[in-house]
Amino acid sequence: MDTAKIQYRDQEWEVKSGMTVRDAIQKGGLDPSAVLALKNKKLINDQTILEAGDEIRLVNVISGG
Amino acid sequence: MKCDICGGVAVIGMPQHRLNLCAEHFVEWVPRMVERVIRRYAMFTRDERVLVAVSGGKDSLALWEILIDLGYQTEGVYIHLGIDHDAYSDVSQEHVRRFAEGHADVPYRVVDVRQEYGLSVPELSKTGRGKRLCSACGLVKRHIMNRIAYEGGYAAIATGHNLDDEAAVLLQNTLHWQSGYLRRQAPVLPSTHPRLARKVKPLCNLYERETAAYALVKGISFVELECPHATRATTIFYKELLNKLEGRSRGAKMQFYLHFLKAKEEGLFAPEKADADSETALRECRQCGQPTTAEELCAFCRLWQNIEAHHD
Ligand code: SF4
Ligand SMILES: [Zn+2]
Ligand SMILES: [Zn+2]
Repeated sequence: MDTAKIQYRDQEWEVKSGMTVRDAIQKGGLDPSAVLALKNKKLINDQTILEAGDEIRLVNVISGG
Repeated sequence: MKCDICGGVAVIGMPQHRLNLCAEHFVEWVPRMVERVIRRYAMFTRDERVLVAVSGGKDSLALWEILIDLGYQTEGVYIHLGIDHDAYSDVSQEHVRRFAEGHADVPYRVVDVRQEYGLSVPELSKTGRGKRLCSACGLVKRHIMNRIAYEGGYAAIATGHNLDDEAAVLLQNTLHWQSGYLRRQAPVLPSTHPRLARKVKPLCNLYERETAAYALVKGISFVELECPHATRATTIFYKELLNKLEGRSRGAKMQFYLHFLKAKEEGLFAPEKADADSETALRECRQCGQPTTAEELCAFCRLWQNIEAHHD
């Protein structure tokens, strides 16, 4: 397995390991400044290189109130 | 990406400050930024009691946490609007309850609009003539916060508006040259009447990303859902525009807002002509006593009066 899983709201997509979180976010069509990434519930920076089997949850940071 | 202080793994990069920080140093840095803003704008002191408007979202809970950490005297207020869709109000309230429980039962109160006034905010906006939901909601929230601050003798009402919120409003108001709104947009709105507490925005120097990161690192649980009635389109559109700008030129968003404040201090805007008059023209509402420029009833009381008239 050389992929990582990215989850955002009710969407999920897979990306190749070895890419950065930032690239993975853009792959999903999102703006990297609009989300934060969590791995095992811990915040990680968007330059982090994804490893095979990583499960990343993205949290939206833009609210419209 | 390494922490600029300790060399450990950074959890966040803040290009506008040319600063990357690890979890430990980030949660030290955020309160320092907030403290600086509180002092810079003389928002409140440690001898004053501050009412924090908490919605259950990331910003207001992060704000509350920071003020508690910094040793300010706070009390939270959660206004239950009666938004039943997705159980939004109940879920939000639960986050506030959990927060208080996790913070040595810091004091907070819940005002349930339906229980106290007879209708939920969505019901209110459906029944009466006029007022769209969000403007009725804003009116209700302001009225209740003012009332509680006055009754409890609080010096200030603090809200969780962050720099992105402020910059989005600023952009919108600038594009429409809303000079009245531009004059009044500020980190502190001084009290203009003994029954109106000062309004303060201690997070106005932090990006939305940072308040969210702070809440996540601190393990604060918050509602991630938007209010189902949020007029997402406008505010989010402006925020996205600003983020695009920021992507091209780091710090653009921060400069846009902070330079506006500076320009204002330097006298970019002439004081409102009517200011002196309109302030003396504040009367007390015949029904609730809150200051209003209207002759008889304030906008809040008129909202409910319309409904009673409607029912008859
Ligand atoms: S989106 Fe509208 S209805 Fe929902 S909380 Fe905000 S102002 Fe109230
Ligand atoms: Zn560090
Ligand atoms: Zn009134």
